[in-house]
Amino acid sequence: MFGDYSIGELGSIFVMQGFAGLILFSVYVLMALGLAIIFGQMGVINMAHGEFMILGAYVTWMTSNLFQSYLPGLFSGYFFLAMMLAFLASGALGMLVEWGLIRHLYKRPLDTLLATWGLSLILQQAYRSVFGAREVGVELPQWMLGSLKVTDSIEVPINGIFVMGLTVSITCAVAYVIYKSRWGRQVRAVVQNRIMAGAVGINTEKVDRYTFGLGCGIAGVAGSAFTMIGSTGPTSGQLYIVDTFLVVVFGGAASLLGTIASAFSISQTQSTLEFFTSGSMAKVLTLLAVVGILMLRPQGLFALKVRK
Amino acid sequence: MSDEPNKGLQSPLRRKLLMGAAALPLVSILPRPSFGAGPATATVNTTGLAVTDTEVTVGILHSATGTMAISETGSIQAEKLAIEQINAAGGVLGRKIKFIQEDGASDWPTFAEKAKKLLVNDKVAAIMGCWTSASRKAVLPVVEQYNGMLYYPTFYEGLEQSKNVIYTGQEATQQILAGLNWIAKEKGAKSFFFIGSDYIWPRTSNKIARKHVENVLKGKVVGEEYYALGSTQFNSVINKIKLTKPDVIFTDVVGGSNVAFYKQLKAAGVDLSKQALLTISVTEDEIDGIGGENIAGAYACMKYFQSLDNANNKTFVPAFKKMWGEKTVIGDVTQAGYLGPWLWKLTCEKAGSFDVDKIAAASPGVEFKEAPEGYVRIHENHHLWSKTRVGRAKLDGQFELIFETADLIEPDPFPKGYQ
Repeated sequence: MFGDYSIGELGSIFVMQGFAGLILFSVYVLMALGLAIIFGQMGVINMAHGEFMILGAYVTWMTSNLFQSYLPGLFSGYFFLAMMLAFLASGALGMLVEWGLIRHLYKRPLDTLLATWGLSLILQQAYRSVFGAREVGVELPQWMLGSLKVTDSIEVPINGIFVMGLTVSITCAVAYVIYKSRWGRQVRAVVQNRIMAGAVGINTEKVDRYTFGLGCGIAGVAGSAFTMIGSTGPTSGQLYIVDTFLVVVFGGAASLLGTIASAFSISQTQSTLEFFTSGSMAKVLTLLAVVGILMLRPQGLFALKVRK
Repeated sequence: MSDEPNKGLQSPLRRKLLMGAAALPLVSILPRPSFGAGPATATVNTTGLAVTDTEVTVGILHSATGTMAISETGSIQAEKLAIEQINAAGGVLGRKIKFIQEDGASDWPTFAEKAKKLLVNDKVAAIMGCWTSASRKAVLPVVEQYNGMLYYPTFYEGLEQSKNVIYTGQEATQQILAGLNWIAKEKGAKSFFFIGSDYIWPRTSNKIARKHVENVLKGKVVGEEYYALGSTQFNSVINKIKLTKPDVIFTDVVGGSNVAFYKQLKAAGVDLSKQALLTISVTEDEIDGIGGENIAGAYACMKYFQSLDNANNKTFVPAFKKMWGEKTVIGDVTQAGYLGPWLWKLTCEKAGSFDVDKIAAASPGVEFKEAPEGYVRIHENHHLWSKTRVGRAKLDGQFELIFETADLIEPDPFPKGYQ
């Protein structure tokens, strides 16, 4: 397949393919981060994760429409505001769901699976009733389109760089909040021993609510960012849910570092295989590898203590 | 009745007049279709269908919920418009069409179950419905067993023919071959890169396209790739496209993946005004989600575009928008959905009966001269003779007609040499 190409051409393609892998890595981390917090820290299997993402995407769409109609001059910057609004909207919905549904099910972790799956169906139909069954097109400011020409033959998509930057900043922020802040200490204390954490005066219910809200909020930001690379429709969230769970479970549910390591290995395997075999074959081989490794190491790549 | 098919377009106006005049005792003076003047029920309905002296019932069976609702909504809207227009023009054999709508919910067994319900419990005279091939394959044994009549609107992979189905969309050879011929001649294209979603329709279509490229056009397929339904990451295949530099990218990616594919293609710096891309899966409906700026310059090959410049289409598009909103767009399948009720009505009138066996026998040769796509005729094999057209996507999400075949193309669901 490479016989007819010069060394230079091949070099550029490999550089671009490397970027494709890094972009896929960022996308995986971004979509898995919220789930990793909820699943890892709280032990809740949130099947409605994709729908929280799509709420973020719809918020972005509405913001872009508002800017187009009322503030066309500021359109080029609307995306940052949209991401914040997406965080707030998904986070608020997450807290509401935690209060109304999840907190009654903490002692029955498997039931959360069923409850959140039902929630995802309800949300899908709600989006369909409110926004219509058809997909909506989110218009992006001009500077986010197209690609950056590094050399004559190497081109890197701008939205890919944007997603990478976003992923790095959000991951750093989350790591800081969980491992350095006072609130993060409380979260980890509740994860390790809920009863003792309560006994030393931590309001465990409040910690749960905010943790769930944070996870959903990050899902919202991810959904907002993915309007650049994917579709926005009532059922688009379903496109991400399988990969998201794959990344989180493979990484070891309770570990942020594990999520990142797993996103990296899955994305690199997938994108390399995609290049040398074909799209569907790459998926098959990646899944086989993941299943094989999970058979040998059921706790995932990085295992930490989980709430018992 | 069939001489005045455009009468239906006055319907919304008439409804307004009727509403305004509701209080007046003179309302009966206004022209309105009188139902019940047709031939006796016993003669037009010998098999116990839901036909009364004034009404005949048909079924609409699409996904109004679930993942396929994105695509099937347009078909539902078109079928309802056609039924309303037919009723305003006097109905079928003097009877008003009443419809029962069932939701297939994007789930194939549900489609089969609802089709059975429509045929067995509701005794509908015909079903307008299905969208994906999977749903049609699920419904087919049901309509054959209970002897129903299905009008199926989607362009599809062919390799099927049934007495109980009228295929109002194009089968694969009808849709693809003319487009490939055109792009080979127009662009001097010799090398093709195929990319599709991984299921029966893209795989069968690409198989046909590959045979045509290799055997007839003497070109080369430099890559053929499939991605699972719902895939959102296409950067690797885009790099392969950049590496192999094909003259034409030929795509049949569907659903949400479509949006991801075109956005990433644009982001990767592939300029569709320079790189020829021919798609058989993107209609105006899909562009709504993709965004005109992401796909402008791409060529689509099918039988209908909303922008077609003919008298029928000029009355159809405003009527559709009046009923469903100014922002609605009309894609190929939506138009094919609109043909269903009309073809059924014309066939009933030709057969002088609602009986399914008589409809099936009378279907070949039925012409619909007011079709928005221009003119269609039902072939012996229950598919439609239709033209194939190539359009170029514009920034505003519409297509500009670039090419159309001079003659109607014969439907050939079992193409020799392409299997």
